[in-house]
Amino acid sequence: MILKRFLPTPKISIKPIILGLGVLGVLSLARIFADAPAITSSGTFSGAIGLAVPVAMAGLAGLISERAGVVNIGLQGMMVLGTWGAGFFGWHFGPWGALFGGALFGALGGALHALNTVTFGVDHAISGVAINLLAPGIARFLSGLFFEGNDGGTLTDSPPVPNLGKLTMPFFAGGRIGGFGTPDLLMWLEKRGWFLISDVAGLLGGFFRNIATESALMLLLVPFVAYVVWRTPFGLRLRSSGENPSAAESLGVNVVATRWIALVSAGSIAGLGGSWLVTNIGKYQQGQEALRGFLGLAAVIFGNWRPAGVLVGSILFQFTESVRLQVGDEPALAFVLAIGLSAFGLSVWRYFRKSWVGASSLLLLSVFIFAYFMSVDRVDDKLSSTFPYLITLLVLVFSSKRLRPPASVGLPWAKGQED
Amino acid sequence: MREPLIRLVGIVKKFPGVVANDGVDLTIDEGSIHAVVGENGAGKSTLMKILYGSQKPDAGEVWIRGVRQNFGSAKDAIDCGVGMVFQHFKLAANFTVWENVVLGCEPGSAVRINSALAKQQIMELSVRYGLHIDPNSIVGELGVGERQRVEILKVLYRGAKVIILDEPTAVLVPQEVESLFGSLKDLVANGVTVVFISHKLDEVLNVADRITVMRAGRTVAEIDVSPNISRNDLARMMIGADLPRPEAKRGILSERIILELQNVSVETQGRKLISDVSLSVREGEIVGIAGVEGNGQTELLEVILGLKEPDIGSILLEGEEIRHWSVRDRRDKGIGYIPSDRQYDGLMLSATLWENVALGHQRGYPASSNGFMTKEPLRRHTKDVVDQFDVRTPGVDVIAYALSGGNQQKLVVGREMLSHPNLLLAAHPTRGIDVGVQALVWASLREAKREGKGLLLVSADLDELIGLSDVLLVLFRGSIVARLDPQSVSPEVLGSYMTGANL
Amino acid sequence: MLALSTSIAAVALIIPGYSPRIAFGAMIENVATASGIVTVLNSAARYYVMGVAVAFGFKMNLFNIGTNGQYQVGALFAGAAAGSLGLLGPINIAITIGIAMFCGAVWSLIPGMLLVTRNVNIVVGTIMMNGIAVGLIGYFLRTRFRDPTDNLTAHTKTIPTDSRLPDLNRILNFVGIELPVSTKLHSFLLIAVLVGVVFYVVVYKSRFGFDLRATGRNAAAARASGVSANRMVLITMSISGALAGLAGMSVLLNQAYEYGDRFPLQLGFTGIAVALLGRNSPSGIAIAAFVMAAIEQGSRGLAMVGIPPQIGQILQGTLLVVAVVAYELANRRGRITAIREASGVLAPGASRL
Repeated sequence: MILKRFLPTPKISIKPIILGLGVLGVLSLARIFADAPAITSSGTFSGAIGLAVPVAMAGLAGLISERAGVVNIGLQGMMVLGTWGAGFFGWHFGPWGALFGGALFGALGGALHALNTVTFGVDHAISGVAINLLAPGIARFLSGLFFEGNDGGTLTDSPPVPNLGKLTMPFFAGGRIGGFGTPDLLMWLEKRGWFLISDVAGLLGGFFRNIATESALMLLLVPFVAYVVWRTPFGLRLRSSGENPSAAESLGVNVVATRWIALVSAGSIAGLGGSWLVTNIGKYQQGQEALRGFLGLAAVIFGNWRPAGVLVGSILFQFTESVRLQVGDEPALAFVLAIGLSAFGLSVWRYFRKSWVGASSLLLLSVFIFAYFMSVDRVDDKLSSTFPYLITLLVLVFSSKRLRPPASVGLPWAKGQED
Repeated sequence: MREPLIRLVGIVKKFPGVVANDGVDLTIDEGSIHAVVGENGAGKSTLMKILYGSQKPDAGEVWIRGVRQNFGSAKDAIDCGVGMVFQHFKLAANFTVWENVVLGCEPGSAVRINSALAKQQIMELSVRYGLHIDPNSIVGELGVGERQRVEILKVLYRGAKVIILDEPTAVLVPQEVESLFGSLKDLVANGVTVVFISHKLDEVLNVADRITVMRAGRTVAEIDVSPNISRNDLARMMIGADLPRPEAKRGILSERIILELQNVSVETQGRKLISDVSLSVREGEIVGIAGVEGNGQTELLEVILGLKEPDIGSILLEGEEIRHWSVRDRRDKGIGYIPSDRQYDGLMLSATLWENVALGHQRGYPASSNGFMTKEPLRRHTKDVVDQFDVRTPGVDVIAYALSGGNQQKLVVGREMLSHPNLLLAAHPTRGIDVGVQALVWASLREAKREGKGLLLVSADLDELIGLSDVLLVLFRGSIVARLDPQSVSPEVLGSYMTGANL
Repeated sequence: MLALSTSIAAVALIIPGYSPRIAFGAMIENVATASGIVTVLNSAARYYVMGVAVAFGFKMNLFNIGTNGQYQVGALFAGAAAGSLGLLGPINIAITIGIAMFCGAVWSLIPGMLLVTRNVNIVVGTIMMNGIAVGLIGYFLRTRFRDPTDNLTAHTKTIPTDSRLPDLNRILNFVGIELPVSTKLHSFLLIAVLVGVVFYVVVYKSRFGFDLRATGRNAAAARASGVSANRMVLITMSISGALAGLAGMSVLLNQAYEYGDRFPLQLGFTGIAVALLGRNSPSGIAIAAFVMAAIEQGSRGLAMVGIPPQIGQILQGTLLVVAVVAYELANRRGRITAIREASGVLAPGASRL
């Protein structure tokens, strides 16, 4: 009975953990089969996690917005603003300044979105697109004003920005305590090559060894957001604004204020993700956000609008990229094999569930993947950049019933409106 | 004389184009069940919303327990012990019962909701008032009656001493209405005051202690209920005239069958929405379908209209099998459709009247020819519709949004009638419509019958069904459970078939 | 509206110490020349077609955010084909345009099918397709379609002269307008005009257009009236994608003559902005396209007077945001006025029917 208090509460369900273990299992098989230990090495995971941070931040931002009922395509733009803010403040005030600047500028983007959608009632998607168009222009303009000609800055790059250094956990991952080295338990496990166990060690090693401080801080946001949105009164009201704003309002919830707060927070988190990019390479650079804002959106869907899912999705999306960077293009192919195996496995499962269409299309997909695996000897980086989007589309296509977006997200609503 | 619990004095409220409340007075005694009746548009809902705080009056005063109140929002009213249960439930379907109930006043601290405490408190309330609701159920999985009880729990949780119910029986069946009224009496016995809005006069007479009658934004009568008061008395006060009864006129029924359904079934995920339904509609016949919402009426209409395909069975229109036909082909073949919610699927609110008149009939004269829209003939036709069906509007170029509900309905009815269908599907054609417009719609339907059209009438208005139909079918859980003669059936028998009590 | 955003831009200028008057003066100067106007018209034509592509979808509340991917895919394959096929000039042009429109339509049809069959949100679907397009195009450009003669940048084979779209300079000479040698008025302008006319006729005059707009106004009512929602989605997405592909042709056949790394990247989003600004109407989009192109051209002249040219982008961005808000507010006010007007005509007391 006492043990029950320590078990995961219903909100942190067992399912994603089992799913995660399943994925690792498949990867483990692929690793063994293709003799590419690097696939699940902590180096790979570390890279994936690092790359995943900005996407996860964008995803969290999207999650908060949508849970409050507002579709947020403007994440991209908010991230751009965040990168600029981080560049500027980081240059003047150091790494903490970068984080602050990123959050601040991202919040401004969020405020604009709130002004458009909540106060003026503009369609959410349109406002998002408009912000995406406006942000780069602003960033470039401000760069011209502040960066150009100063301290090595140009129109597209800012002057250098320092970062916060790296962290490593003692004992488990060999971090130092007071100047003394400690044993690296996880690395020992990892090097054994045991099925699944070594892979899990690799995953954990990625989290705990040599992780950028900024990453660690931002990753802590994931459980923080989860707690706030699901365990506090504010969180309940936020979610109600996304499920049924009229109901919420009839009970005295100030939906307008709630959505504003949600969007501004979301903007600042997206901006924070942008600041990760800046501290990672040491400066602001035009276009560094690539398409991560949209990837964040994909992560929200993949993660079924839950923070843990968003994190898993972000890591997954960046995984191929990380494998490729870490290991080169050939072993990365093993990862493709893993995907093929999963597709095949899923199709068998669907077959047993009598879902013929699902089973046959998954089978087709796995055949396709195997054929690709056989015919090519390396993974092209451009092609692999399409994977996250493909995966998201597949998730949307095959699990539409399982997805639970907030009921009123994206629907027009005005204060005082009767449903 | 005890001070009345609630006093509304001289309430005035205006909306663009409408005076909803024109100096209304209302007095409610503590521990009573007080009903507010009136036709649609009389201002009852608005008045209650003012009492509840979700609207502010332009003028007038609200007094509770002898203290003048100035509600800025619903929250103020709740704090004062006034709670409202809306006709359209305000529940988040994805949330659990307890999340819905405690939203806005969550127990615990600002950083943590004490969910265990919340569930416990709700359980207590549920038991005390006999509401039988499990706090952990997901609202989306509950039935209509249960959801209503969740709404009641919501207001009780906040310590409401006055509960306002807006048309609570609109979605309930006679037996569920009985149990609701039982709960209301329990509440009153426990010290709660109940106010409810209704236009179902016999129910009101059944349960209320006192009745306020409103008409045209004003109070016209406040009476204590006694056996001497009849429905007609109330009706006369409500509309200044006797309740109109749709008179059944027996026409000559031809033998020609226009629509026939044979063993039609529609399934979804293992559940039968419509189960082995067979019926026929003859030329000049009005077939009424009675049943509680959610028993397959919507699906029945969808299957005939073409929005859904039956899994089993045939649908024959004038002898032709149409089960695989598209909606478009069926409309063009002559199926007219008067939807239950004109704003949902009957009109394009942001379009002009003449564009709306083309809806459903855009392929052919007078709307289009050879793939191009023909504006002039269409406008002229719209003028005909407007004139013949008394649609009050300055012109045919007006945006449909600007018309009142009644005029919108008249436009829809007129549009369908003047398209000369051979089969007319009418779903709740006078829902939310005032008596005057109601009479006009009934006259049109009877005219359609005279012209030899077949009519399938789905309705929740028992008077309407009994008065207009030639034959009455009752739909329960997707099957036809009774075939009744409207001339001789009583509302009680009809009600018991509708709730499956006779099975 | 223009005034509001101009003033916001002016404020942005003043703060760091630039003079708005000089800035706007320089911008107008750069536009008001012969070559300025020609450039503006050329750009405007392409923005217009892209705007119409997006507007088609908007008319039925279908947000095709994927125009970027659609036109890029179309341009890639068209560029590859045009460079390699050795057919006679005009035929080549026709085939090239056809390929572009076909590929654009296909790329747009995929998310459309996903919506129809699996209820995948169209916004999400088209965004995903954009992402996939980027990777896919990069891959093909690097491997299959690359012009082997150029090792510096990746692009498809250069299109031979006779397969390019001609310019209108000679016609203008005929009418008496002499243009400097280097400026060419693209004949794509004519295509743009044609697109506009077709857009108007189809959407506002045909029965298909009625069905389209009905679906946008009230999808449930449209369905009950016999409009097949699925058919509408698929047809509209195809048209939208095809037009997007067509818009890309203005660059391919009139200007760059090859598809590669230097191809404009954001044409799709500019189209979305133009459609929004123009409120999805044929004439509105035309004006919006012209304005956007003019601002773009104008800002090219700013560097000469020492003012950052990015102010143009800011002007465009704020214009869009302001416009979008203004339209929404105008919509609301329009509704209330309509109700007031309608009920004002009726006799007092009868208004509550």
